[in-house]
Amino acid sequence: MKPRHLPRAALLLLLVVSLLLGGCQRSEPLPLRLTNVSGHMPDLDFKLIDDHGKTVTGADYRGKVVVLYFGYTHCPDVCPLTLAHLHVVMQRLGALADGALILFVSVDPTRDTPDVMHTYVNAFDPHAVGLTGDPRMVESLVKRYRSSFTREPASIDGNYEVSHGSAIYLFDRDGHARALATPAASQDDIVHDLHLLLDNGAAP
Amino acid sequence: MKPRSLSFLLAGLLLAGGVHASAAEHVHASHAWIRVLPGNLPAGAYVTLSNDGGKAVALSGADSATYGDVMLHQSSSEGGMSRMMMVDSLSVPAHGSAVLAPAGYHLMLMKPTRPVKPGDLVRLILKFTDGSTLPTDFLARPANAVDAGEDQAVPATDMKSMDHAAMPQVGH
Repeated sequence: MKPRHLPRAALLLLLVVSLLLGGCQRSEPLPLRLTNVSGHMPDLDFKLIDDHGKTVTGADYRGKVVVLYFGYTHCPDVCPLTLAHLHVVMQRLGALADGALILFVSVDPTRDTPDVMHTYVNAFDPHAVGLTGDPRMVESLVKRYRSSFTREPASIDGNYEVSHGSAIYLFDRDGHARALATPAASQDDIVHDLHLLLDNGAAP
Repeated sequence: MKPRSLSFLLAGLLLAGGVHASAAEHVHASHAWIRVLPGNLPAGAYVTLSNDGGKAVALSGADSATYGDVMLHQSSSEGGMSRMMMVDSLSVPAHGSAVLAPAGYHLMLMKPTRPVKPGDLVRLILKFTDGSTLPTDFLARPANAVDAGEDQAVPATDMKSMDHAAMPQVGH
């Protein structure tokens, strides 16, 4: 009996030890203050047009910590407020902000041409990039991050609003989705989490 | 002297009427500012209204020579969606205040008739539901401003009325 049981016990011990070692090798989860979405949302991927008129993909922003936010330029209140808060966040990062980017994606690509987006994002922060493009491409990016947008009926003069998801997404330098914030999130928490992501691995 | 007492009575009634007067007479505006966006994009205007009268009043909108169209709006972020709704009026409670501030109530300014740049003072004529009006100068601030700015400690139309330490309350 004994000689038959011993290898089993050894195997079990080996299994336990390997699990423990595996656990140690895995990197500690980042102590994020915002909602941690690591492993729960897809990597940053899209094909859009930047505010210089150039076709860009998610891969073009690898190496930067990315702050992604959807909105539109004809939005007079919440979008500019969110971008103004993100500007303050960038200012608080000081020189570290050069390792980060704000990607402002228009959910109103019909009115938001690259030129309009260029003037707009530059009124907020030098680290902001405006993205627009094919409405289907915008829609697929919005859906990729489980958000949505709806164009509301136009008024007599043709003006219309676009209701849209208000979340702010943080990606690490490898394009992995890491944290999710609401526009009401505290600036301290966003700054805190960006610090973590900026400290975590240098740009390639 | 009947005719004489009648005229006293009338005078008294007129005076009593004068106490209630118009909504605008009891309302003071402070922290009035506009977030200026590039080009002809619609801008948001914000202001704190305080009512020192004993009766609630209601803001219904504004007119301006600088903007072709002004609408009273409310932003909401329910269920993670940012939306804007048109609002008919915003109540300013008796001895209370109403705040038009980013991500809440605001005046949406459209169709600028001239370029507005940060630092400009833009006059909006605030309109109340009783038909009275309150001309108020709004400070144009840059797109990336988050509030009226510390330099806006002086109320826009009234130098004495506001206690800035007091927490304003939004009337509904």
